[in-house]
Amino acid sequence: MQRIQLSTIAGFGMLILTLMPACGDARGDTAVNVLMCDGKTSIEVKPAETADEGKAIADSLMAQWRQNNPGANWEADVRRSHPRVPRPHDNQELMGDGQGPGHTYGAFTADDLALWERETYRTVLEGARIFHSHKELGSTIAVSCDMCHPDAANTHPETYPKYQVQMGRVVLLRDMINWCLEHPVRSKPISPDDPRMRAMESYILAERSGTPLRYGKH
Amino acid sequence: MPRIPHIKSLETRHEESRVAVLRGLENLGRRDFLKVAAASFGAAATMNLRTPHSYQPVKIDPGNGAAPFRFAYISDSHLYDREVNERFVRSLLRAVDDINAQDPAPDFVLFGGDLAQLGQTSELKLGAQILGALKAPVKMMVGEHDWYLDMGEAWRERFGADRYSFDHKGVHFVVLNSVLEADFWTARKLSPMERMLTVAGLDNGAQNPFTVGDEQRAWLAQDLAEVDKKTPLVVFSHSPLYKLYKPWNFWTDDAEEVQALLRPFEAVSVIHGHTHQLLTQRIEHLNFHGMLSTAWPWPYAPQGLPEITVQMNRPNPFNPLDGCGTGQVHVHADGLVDKIYDLWNRNPITVSKVFTSSGGKSDRPPATTKKSY
Repeated sequence: MQRIQLSTIAGFGMLILTLMPACGDARGDTAVNVLMCDGKTSIEVKPAETADEGKAIADSLMAQWRQNNPGANWEADVRRSHPRVPRPHDNQELMGDGQGPGHTYGAFTADDLALWERETYRTVLEGARIFHSHKELGSTIAVSCDMCHPDAANTHPETYPKYQVQMGRVVLLRDMINWCLEHPVRSKPISPDDPRMRAMESYILAERSGTPLRYGKH
Repeated sequence: MPRIPHIKSLETRHEESRVAVLRGLENLGRRDFLKVAAASFGAAATMNLRTPHSYQPVKIDPGNGAAPFRFAYISDSHLYDREVNERFVRSLLRAVDDINAQDPAPDFVLFGGDLAQLGQTSELKLGAQILGALKAPVKMMVGEHDWYLDMGEAWRERFGADRYSFDHKGVHFVVLNSVLEADFWTARKLSPMERMLTVAGLDNGAQNPFTVGDEQRAWLAQDLAEVDKKTPLVVFSHSPLYKLYKPWNFWTDDAEEVQALLRPFEAVSVIHGHTHQLLTQRIEHLNFHGMLSTAWPWPYAPQGLPEITVQMNRPNPFNPLDGCGTGQVHVHADGLVDKIYDLWNRNPITVSKVFTSSGGKSDRPPATTKKSY
């Protein structure tokens, strides 16, 4: 049996392109074991005769990989489930020549702006994912943040720092997140620089964008 | 149906002893004065810890000279299996205790939907066992959390039809299934549990709006055709039968068509679940009232809140039961409703028929200083 390793799964088109010549080489009576570049996912097939057959093989392999990697499309999933999460500021006003050439700082390109937006938005989406997942939050009673705070409503990130009577001290948003993790969610508090904390703060702030800051408000 | 052991909560036992003390005061003999005074002092001392009853006794005055009657309701218990989450289970147990302690007993108990959290047979079975301890007959309504794992199969098998009507002491009652969504799952090849989890997310935008649907509206029209338009009409729906906030399905997409079927009746009250909060709406002469949840309160929607709604205080996050609970309704002969919200840990709030019929001008309930923002 011939074994073919695919070099990339970066894109669906790439997968087909990679597979097709491979199948062409493998024509014959023997089955072909096609192995994906993850080194794990494989499928045993009759060598493809036509482009359609080749595509079917590629689809099947991709479906198998998706099933084994359910979180792979997490960004698209979160975007579909939470289409109302505001996009970050687009910074379009930074484009253009401004005061002319020679100013290295501030000579931003459209690519810079796209990078900032993509990375910032991705952090916020990651926060949305954690906020809505009792598993990520480590809840022992299957409770997630959105069960009291749909779309992060009633979280008021713009009002911190404030004196939280029940805790007897001035707190920040992260202290309230940790309080919620311990009590209604029945999980454990996480470190202030835990990636989950940073992502959740990002999401909550993003959902509240446009609201003026008013620290100390109850 | 197997009955689970009947365990009274601390709060219920406290409430019972308090009621006994107060009853004792009514027939107080000189000799017993000191004993009762001491007991009532004890009860008063723990008032801050007292959680009021969680049922919603409803008083009906059918207006034809018949004696008014009461029914109670419980809504939105969102049960997981007991070993997953016992908190929601205990809340529902207490609601049942409270209703059973009601004297005189209610004629029946309406359950307002979302008995289960993820529509699983074990969750529905647990809910049925707990509600099975109710002494009064139970009328069931379905919610989206009960429905979308198997499209209501297990729920209907256990509780019967998801839409029906009945008459009780001169009032016509209709129970609807208002949580029907157009198919979003087939094209995306979602598993039943993925479909359930999508609908279970209140803010999950990858689903469709709730509807009553053509077929059920035709049934409703036929059902109502046989009823005298002077008969008081009480409709139960899980979602509000009006359009409040679409992203959270505080919304029924064919609400106007349903309202058109109700409008010929002189006295119409719609009681709905799903929103877990004090919520009032009046559209022409149709009145709409929300039910509270026993599991958790929802925040008010950021847009679309009816002008006539007087908000409840923001729930205290440090008390997991605050903002939960239920209340009472008195439906008068003209179909207008006095609704009393018995929020756990708070004084009751009355939304009277004078308030609704005056468009919010008269008899306004005390407004909160802690509105949503």
